[in-house]
Amino acid sequence: MAARYDRAITVFSPDGHLFQVEYAQEAVKKGSTAVGIRGKDIVVLGVEKKSVAKLQEERTVRKICALDDHVCMAFAGLTADARIVINRARVECQSHRLTVEDPVTVEYITRHIATLKQRYTQSNGRRPFGISALIVGFDCDGTPRLYQTDPSGTYHAWKANAIGRSAKTVREFLEKNYTEESIATDNESIKLAIKALLEVVQSGGKNIELAVIRRNQSLKLLESKEIETLVTEIEKEKEEEAEKKKQKKST
Amino acid sequence: MALLDVCGISDWVKEDGFNAERASVDKVNHFNFAAQTPELAVPVGVDPAEFLRPLVDSEEGVDGVTINLEHGTTTLAFKFQHGVMVAVDSRASAGSYVSTQMFKKVIEINPFLLETMSGSAADCVYWERVLAKECRIYKLRNKERISVSAASKLLANMVVNYRGMGLSMGTMICGWDKKGPGLYYVDDNGLGLCGNMFSTGSGNTYAYGVMDSGYRYDLSVPEAYDLAQRAIFHATHRDAYSGGTVNMYHMRETGWIKVSQEDVGDLYHRFSNEKK
Repeated sequence: MAARYDRAITVFSPDGHLFQVEYAQEAVKKGSTAVGIRGKDIVVLGVEKKSVAKLQEERTVRKICALDDHVCMAFAGLTADARIVINRARVECQSHRLTVEDPVTVEYITRHIATLKQRYTQSNGRRPFGISALIVGFDCDGTPRLYQTDPSGTYHAWKANAIGRSAKTVREFLEKNYTEESIATDNESIKLAIKALLEVVQSGGKNIELAVIRRNQSLKLLESKEIETLVTEIEKEKEEEAEKKKQKKST
Repeated sequence: MALLDVCGISDWVKEDGFNAERASVDKVNHFNFAAQTPELAVPVGVDPAEFLRPLVDSEEGVDGVTINLEHGTTTLAFKFQHGVMVAVDSRASAGSYVSTQMFKKVIEINPFLLETMSGSAADCVYWERVLAKECRIYKLRNKERISVSAASKLLANMVVNYRGMGLSMGTMICGWDKKGPGLYYVDDNGLGLCGNMFSTGSGNTYAYGVMDSGYRYDLSVPEAYDLAQRAIFHATHRDAYSGGTVNMYHMRETGWIKVSQEDVGDLYHRFSNEKK
């Protein structure tokens, strides 16, 4: 009986691929988009909210979760897998506080999550986690950080990144628009995140969920009213840009 | 396990007793950051705490034999405006026999972390080396030196698993980290205290007397050196289990320096000449 579960699910293919891990990354690409921006004094996480059924309570599924007072993460992929990873990360944050008497650095908790994910790509009877995570926060010394992990267990630091459906489109947008000016103030960084999400999200501000962490403050989820205000601001700016271009052409 | 049955070990290994199955595997993992239970380095089939209790706790002991665990030494450390002073003696004794006058009771973990030893020399040397290993691993994993509070917590958590099993260790962990100068006391019961002044060992009462009478936070560096040296010297003068040389360290923002290593005999003559 036990022998059946001893066989590894993740094995190498003849040409060196780990297909289960790659399939897990495909599962991530099916999940709703999440975007992360690292500003100067603020870190922003934005996710595409999937429309809920009529009878479903809207608040039960949250895709942005706090891991500790100064770190939070958003994910793309299988929600159930994410719940497990978030739970383990939260316990590790407190364990670290208890043993080392200091809060975790963003890099440490990212490394822990990535190690956890890697272990599941090299164990018998288990499949990899089907989520990619964007982990943001501030270290003790005030430096803002943004890290991304994927199902294979690798992690990298980013200035801005997107995961999930249409991540490539969003990333290209960010590559063009992430400049020193675009993150000059907190408000600008938040607007950049919204602009990036608007590229791929249908029906505008209603389907966007946004969270920010400012230095020495805990996670703050923006209310839909605030998001609507910012979306209107962005649309006004777009119109003004279009007007200016028209005038330039005509003169 | 089939092999245990064949060897006949299951006759004398208590099944419900002390982690019988775990103990038969010779794997010792002293500490993990994640909350996984460490395995203990104890012999198979015997519960050390049960074995030791009648020998240590009761008056008559076992067949009239008792084991008294004494911390035969004097060590001290105190924080002041220019950092942390650490001073220790260097005598190792086995009962009334002096094994050596040149025992190194301060372990230098890294240029910003020192640890003193008192109690059983074997326990101190072993556990402090394990702590040094954990500190080095921490630095490799996290690319920055471990904080003094974390190092003291690690040691306290390691030894608390062996409570009641006969460890004898009183140590002070001194260092300078991001939060400034740090001084912690850790002992074999798993007690970890943060403080400004500690002294451990059989001569600690004598050292406290001298330190308390001369201590101010705003001591100058030469005054602090003198105070630490005097405190250890007076303890070695009256306590039979302390002696040898006074080894003195100063923990500063730029790391520790070894201030001096003076024989207590020379100190005696220096101090008595001062009085004339």
